[in-house]
Parts: sequence; C-alpha cells; structure tokens
Amino acid sequence: MEKRVVFRSAWLPYLLVAPQIAITVVFFFWPAVQAFWYSFLLQDAFGLKTQFVGLQNFVTLFHDPHYLQSFKITAVFSLLVAGSGIAISLVLAAMADRVIRGALAYKTLLIWPYAVAPAIAGVLWAFMFAPSIGIVTYALKKMGVDWNWAVNGDQAMLLVVIAAVWNQISYNFLFFLAGLQSIPKSLIEAAAIDGAGPARRFWSIVFPLLSPTTFFLLVINIVFAFFATFGVIDATTQGGPAGATQILVYKVFYDGVKAGDLGGSSAQSVVLMFIVITLTVIQFRFIERRVQY
Amino acid sequence: MVENRPVLNFVAHAVLILGAVVIAFPLYVAFVASTLPYEDIVAVPMPLLPGDRLLENYGQVLLHGSTKGSGAAVWRMLFNSMVMALAIPLGKIAISIISAFAIVYFRFPLRNFFFWMIFVTLMLPVEVRIIPTFQVIADLGMLNTYAGLTLPLIASATATFLFRQFFMTVPDELAEAARIDGAGPMRFFWDVVLPLSKTTMAALFVIQFIYGWNQYLWPLLITSEETMYTTVIGISRMIVLGEVTEWHLVMATAMLAMIPPALVVVLMQKWFVKGLVETEK
Repeated sequence: MEKRVVFRSAWLPYLLVAPQIAITVVFFFWPAVQAFWYSFLLQDAFGLKTQFVGLQNFVTLFHDPHYLQSFKITAVFSLLVAGSGIAISLVLAAMADRVIRGALAYKTLLIWPYAVAPAIAGVLWAFMFAPSIGIVTYALKKMGVDWNWAVNGDQAMLLVVIAAVWNQISYNFLFFLAGLQSIPKSLIEAAAIDGAGPARRFWSIVFPLLSPTTFFLLVINIVFAFFATFGVIDATTQGGPAGATQILVYKVFYDGVKAGDLGGSSAQSVVLMFIVITLTVIQFRFIERRVQY
Repeated sequence: MVENRPVLNFVAHAVLILGAVVIAFPLYVAFVASTLPYEDIVAVPMPLLPGDRLLENYGQVLLHGSTKGSGAAVWRMLFNSMVMALAIPLGKIAISIISAFAIVYFRFPLRNFFFWMIFVTLMLPVEVRIIPTFQVIADLGMLNTYAGLTLPLIASATATFLFRQFFMTVPDELAEAARIDGAGPMRFFWDVVLPLSKTTMAALFVIQFIYGWNQYLWPLLITSEETMYTTVIGISRMIVLGEVTEWHLVMATAMLAMIPPALVVVLMQKWFVKGLVETEK
C-alpha cells in the first residue's frame, strides 16, 4: 500500500528516521552482530585470552546434556503454559460472552493481572506456596500432600506454570472475548433454530470460527513462555531445584552473567534468535492467512 | 442471547465468579500479609483477615526498605519505576511517529531499507542478546543511569507499524489540501497528523506504560547501585534464601508495585483494550 500524495524533501525524511535508526543500530544490530561473533570465540578460565574456535561452541552446546535438558524443560513449560492458559481463558471468555448483567465488572476483575509484572506474579504465588509458611502449602498438608518446591522439581515446575498462566490469562481472555463477539449472531441463531443445543453450537460453530484466534494465541503464549517468564523464574525458583525449571532464557542469563561463559552463552543467544525468527515468521504467515479469512 | 436458559446463565455467572475469586486470591493474600506483623505470617497458618500494621509496614518499606534483605528505600524505587514507565512510552511514541511519518509521506532512497531495519528488531528481544547489549551499555558508560535504563527499550517496530497503519487510513485529500494551501510537511504533521493520531497515541501509551513499569531483566542487568533499583528489582532483592524473608515487607512493596499499572489498566480500560488488540495485529 502506498500513498498517492507525498511530500518532497532531500533531507527531511532522513532527519525524521534518524533517531529510531540510531537506536536500532546501537542497541539492536551492534549487539546482535557481537553475539554472533562471540559465539565463535572461546575464552580461557581467567578471561584473559580469547581464541577463534569456529563452530566449536555450538558443537559443545549440543553435546551438553544440561543444554538438551533445558530444551526439554522449555518445551514442557511452554506447552503447559500455553495449553492451560488458553483452555482456562476460553472457558472464561465463553461465559463472559454469554452474560449480560455485570459484563463490565467481570471483565475488569479478569483483566487486571495483565498489569502485574511477571516477577511479582512469581513472588505472589511463591509466597502462597512457600514450603513451610505458605497458606496453600498448609491447606495441601491438611489434605495429605507433602509440598516443597525447593526440593521437588515437578512441584517447582507446577509453581512457575501456575504463576505464568495467572499472569497471561487476561491477555488470552481479551482476545477470545473479541473473537467471540465478532462471530455473527445469525450463525448461532440458525443453528439454534435447527435444534442444536449450546454445547453442540459451541463445538460445531463457535470453536472452529475461533481457530484463527486460538492459533494466534498459541504462538503468542509460546513466545511469552520462552522469554517473558524470565522474571517469574528468577524471582522464584532461579532455575532450580537441580535445574528443573531452567528454561533456555534463564540458562543464557545464568551462563553468561553468573558463570561468565561468554562463548557458550552467546552461542545459546544465537540459537534463541533462530527460535524467535521462526516463531515470528510463523506468526506473520498466519496473519496473512487471517486477512483472507 | 439466542435463547433463555436459566441454568446455563447461572453456570456462566458461577464460573465467572469462581474465576474472578481465584484470580484475585493472590492479591488478597498479599494485601493481608502486608498488614500483619512478621510473627503472624510465620505462625502457620497465617490469618486471613487484615491486621493493624498497615501504616507501619508501608512506612517502613517506603522510607527504609527491608531490614534483612536490601535496605534501599522503596519511594526511590517507585520514582525509578515511574521514570522508566514514562520515558519508555513517551520516547517510543516520539521516535516512532516521526519515522512512520517519513516512511509513509516521503519517497526517498533507502526508504525500504530503513523500513526493513526497523522491522527486523521485532525478532531481537532483549532476552536473546543479553550479554552483548550489556557490554554496549557498559562501553557507553551508561550503567546505573536513566539513559541506560530507557534508551535501549524505546526502539520498537510495533509502535512504528501501528502509526504507519494508521497513517495509511488518513485520507489522501487531507495531504492534498494541505499542499494546495502551501503547508510544508512539518506544518501538515503538526496541524493534521498529530491531532488525528491522539487515539493511537493514548492506546500505545497505556500498553507501553505497563511494559516500562514491569521491566525486569534489563534493570536487573544494568543496575548495581541500590539508588537505581526499580520496584520490581527491589522486591526480588528483598527475598533472602531460607526462612528469614520478611514477607510482610515484601508484600507491602509488591502492593505498591502493582497499584500504579493496575490503576492504569482499570481506569483506562478502553485505551488498554484498543492498544492490546491493535499492537498485536
């Protein structure tokens, strides 16, 4: 799409794009190029000498059982976050689409967690689930469940999944609600006249028509689980216990900042960049299709 | 409503109320904990009704921070968070609106190249370039500064796209009329484009305010001085391993950290929903 009417100036457009281009070059391209460059370097233990090692860092990385484990953990984590987040918010949105009285109040009560930082979401849930003093821990103990996420890896994973889903529900909810409200009422009415009950109408008409929204949210939630949940993890489990919640982003941070492994961390950054690019491309191809739909 | 089904309506309300209660529960627990003395919280189970230490706890964190973890005063952190939450949206809107204006209303060599450059930044979130970006900031001497906290986060493809999309819908006749009347591009920008973009700017501001306020990884990397901590960082610094974390103070700080963005979302709900749905298109 192009404008028919344009202005002419030899210098003004350059001046107008200059601030954004300057920031993009300094803070995006330069670091990205450096990440690529570092990923080919190996630093000695004292950080005194560096040597060019080609793809060695990547070979080491993909032979490192901890890294492969972190891949697996990230996959489990993001599927759990995306799957349960989408399911819960779809139910809530379908109900909110149905009610008339109090609709705005419900909406307000369901969207505020979007305003909470992931790190704070982590802290709130970690407090309720705190090994000895947590209120939920107490309730679980009454029910005979021995809860201690500081030593039990599965429980730690469950904790970060709950905090992340809680944080992301409002986002999913708003998109599902918008999707539901854009479905023509005549379709639903026609099905009702033909004798289809509410459940049948939902699965045969509403759910298929929502599939673009669902797919879009799936991609967005996976991106969220991959990157934005850094705060949830750093404020609660810090990747532990024994690496049970160490997702890829956390490992980049841990290896690079805390362990000082420049080459290895940069190689991980490069791998992550490819993952983001793949997800972005999927998302854009999908948006093109949605326009036709 | 297609038909009246009282049972289903009842179920709908019940599910929504249950959802709202479960979602609000952590907030309620945090509020209660922030009004209790430490002894009440460690006495399992902690009470579920507010105590009488509201003023003491909030006063303590605002002026002195926690006593066992970080002792940085929270009022300073709130100020730092507010700087980030205002500088990021304002900076983003300013640089994006002019670059989108240039890309839509001018034809110039390298135009597509610039557009492409901005577009690619979508694929480079700060999380994937942690170490090198940190080094750039260190080389520029911007560690522990407001410039270091905000500048790297104000370049964004999303805002530029949003403005570009909006400018495309502005009728060509307006630009034509402006040119016939002898108005230059900047005059057209100030008198026509800017007033028309108010809605888009408001929506973007709400979303970016929350984004700026809730930043975590970036301030974690580049702030080492307590006076530069943002509230979210401050909270994680108050948590000490083991059982000595002063949860009553942590929760008071968490409440303070949640109130400004939550107010923005609730009070500016219309702009918030618009911004959310449109920035992701």
